[in-house]
Amino acid sequence: MSLRSPLGRVLGTGSAKDGTGHWWAQRVSAVALIPLTLWFLFSLLMLPDLDYATVRTWLSLPVSGFLAVLLLWVLSYHSYLGTTVVVEDYVHSAGIKLLWLLLLRFLYVLVCGAGIFAVLRVALR
Amino acid sequence: MPSPPARPRPTSPHLQIYRWQIGNSLSIVHRLTGIGLAVGLVALSYWLVSLAGGERSYAAAARVFASPVGLAALMGWTFAFLYHLLNGIRHLFWDIGIGFERTQRHASGWLVVVGAAGLTLLVWALIRHVPS
Repeated sequence: MSLRSPLGRVLGTGSAKDGTGHWWAQRVSAVALIPLTLWFLFSLLMLPDLDYATVRTWLSLPVSGFLAVLLLWVLSYHSYLGTTVVVEDYVHSAGIKLLWLLLLRFLYVLVCGAGIFAVLRVALR
Repeated sequence: MPSPPARPRPTSPHLQIYRWQIGNSLSIVHRLTGIGLAVGLVALSYWLVSLAGGERSYAAAARVFASPVGLAALMGWTFAFLYHLLNGIRHLFWDIGIGFERTQRHASGWLVVVGAAGLTLLVWALIRHVPS
């Protein structure tokens, strides 16, 4: 006999209230980051130099700009999911936890937004 | 009535009494590298913003990254990324049910440690131009 209500069973979201959504998003973004991060690492290693003109020319290529935007987006998302769990696990006071979660969310939007805007400025000029 | 256990049953793995082994060590390092890489994301964004800002701001950022602290951070992020990548792939294999046996877990764990260290050295050997 189950003590769970029929509604609870149908929704399937468990005591955490959001089911496997977080877990699954972490895995999907992890899989996407394997090619994206390796592309970024290899691209930088392949450049003859890391000076301003070379890096700028490289990032001006449509493929580089596009993949760099995707990288920043998915990387920020994956990192946000991960650090959120760290805060939820180790910050025990409810008030401070809420503050941290808010701060993290704002910081990620800020850092990700600034990075993507920078890539677009280089790519679209 | 069940007979009393021959030895005390294992208790919850609180850190203070937990016997350290490769499994939990690698798990903790996975979290630590993840936190380090979150800081690295800020550095990546800063680098791109400096690139968009023009030659002078890019040169200023390059000086930061070429400083002793900057270089140490870049090397740390290289290792953290490669470790998190390899151990992450190890986790993805577990997620589809592969590699749970004790010997497999230990072998893949050591492969991650040795692989991440080796690839870090390889990447830094391949960097032709350390920014100056």
